[in-house]
Amino acid sequence: MAYVIAAPCVADYSCVEICPVNCISPGPDDGDFEAAEQMYIDPDTCIDCAACVQVCPVLAIYKAEHLPEQWQHYQQINREYFQQAAPVEVRR
Amino acid sequence: MIDGKTLRVAVIGAGPAGMYAVEHLLQEAEFRCEVDLYERLPTPYGLVRAGVAPDHPDKKRIGDRLFSYILESPRVRFIGNLEVGTHVRHAELADWYHAVIYSVGAGSDIRMGVPGEELSGCHAAREFVAWYNGHPDYSHLAFDLSCERAVVVGNGNVALDVARILTMPVAELEKTDIADYALQALRNSAIKEVVLLGRRGHFQGAFHNPELEELERLADVDIVIDSEDLPGENEVVLDDADWETRRKVKTLARLSRRPLTGAPRRIVLRFLTSPVELLGDQKVEQMLVVENHLERGDDGVLRARPTEKESLIDTGLVLRAIGYRGYPFPGLPFDDQRGVIDNRDGRVVEGDLPVPGVYVTGWIKRGPRGVIGSNKKCARDTVRCLLKDARDGHLSPAALNADQVLSELAGRNPALLGLEGWRNIDRGERLAGAHQGRPRIKYTDTETLLRSAAAPAG
Repeated sequence: MAYVIAAPCVADYSCVEICPVNCISPGPDDGDFEAAEQMYIDPDTCIDCAACVQVCPVLAIYKAEHLPEQWQHYQQINREYFQQAAPVEVRR
Repeated sequence: MIDGKTLRVAVIGAGPAGMYAVEHLLQEAEFRCEVDLYERLPTPYGLVRAGVAPDHPDKKRIGDRLFSYILESPRVRFIGNLEVGTHVRHAELADWYHAVIYSVGAGSDIRMGVPGEELSGCHAAREFVAWYNGHPDYSHLAFDLSCERAVVVGNGNVALDVARILTMPVAELEKTDIADYALQALRNSAIKEVVLLGRRGHFQGAFHNPELEELERLADVDIVIDSEDLPGENEVVLDDADWETRRKVKTLARLSRRPLTGAPRRIVLRFLTSPVELLGDQKVEQMLVVENHLERGDDGVLRARPTEKESLIDTGLVLRAIGYRGYPFPGLPFDDQRGVIDNRDGRVVEGDLPVPGVYVTGWIKRGPRGVIGSNKKCARDTVRCLLKDARDGHLSPAALNADQVLSELAGRNPALLGLEGWRNIDRGERLAGAHQGRPRIKYTDTETLLRSAAAPAG
């Protein structure tokens, strides 16, 4: 079922550092880190070990089926992050 | 004397930038870092305590779940209620320690630059935020909430925080750690409408997705969005925008289709609108605004350009939320253009030359951007530079040992406090809060903070 990072995420990337299968992005040295609103978990790679849950300083990470009502859509958002086309030029 | 593998480091400012700098120093294996963490307030954690909105308790967990453990390290000394630049000069710290890291944040903000900005009733959102969060430097301020409409200039996360606090049911805020006097003022507030002005269009909103989506869940508040340009004439088509922007525009579209409920309060998101002038006799009464259109510059960036269409908004409270800005620090070079202490990759530079042993991290290094965790990478990079300089022999020896520093500081300011002082404040606030079902009740003036620091609660 995979774990999901929800709205409280503050982009403290302790989860990226501890993940044994590197399924959390962006990491601090990725190009989109600076502008990222949060980190995301790739549900197709996540092995459900829950290591990230413990290290998250704001408890933003939930097992998908335990997501609070208001953050149900974050399951889809985490998945979508990894489905984006290669980031094109960012316009702001 | 200090052996070659011990580094004594002063970190100035105990906000997230400083806390992450300390964390990285402690993780270092090659050198044994001993850190003195200076904080001008009696309380640590900077904007996590005085910036993060009271209705975002989840984000504040970082205090208990991370920062608290960092303070607890036997190699860290919290030196609170002591101001570098007042009680001790930069040159002295540079002499006393191997290295000094400034993580003093951005203590000022960008002004609108329009006539009438000095009228009473016009404030920085930064000040309003510090006020409702009980920051002792701002707790004496008064905001006139007797008018029916407030205008917030800007539409970033700070603007949305302010709009929520001004409109959400006070009963919700009564469960939070918002300052007691702010709670009282909000109970008596006459404000029915908060208008947020974004100078560019719907695709360029500065808010983040979670903050925007919160508006959909705000009880008893209608959200009004000028939807003419959604996604319409905006030059950028939906498919062309990046993923996070598409998500925001979809949320805006969803919000704009929502029927109004006649709720007692409302938030109006206006786009392509800029302030021109504030009008009023002594006090703000109206804001003249102009409608903008977007022009793509040669650099590809869309900029707002004013049209001829001007209109008036009646308002008695204007809060500008168009960005923070760093202050110059006495004794250190300042880049006035960027509002940061002049630095290269975190090494403070004077012209082209690095100032040995002096570093910056956080907003005063890179400008006021990013979220709490952005400061972790920022601190990592600064600490890497510091350690490389240590390895390369560029740091001069620390002139004083830990005890000598403390006795020197105690002579300058007998009211300085250590970790136990902060723990006493923390316990006292939490105990007071527990009686009312709130996370804490903040002490909001320096006198009370220092009194409770000296006396364990319980």
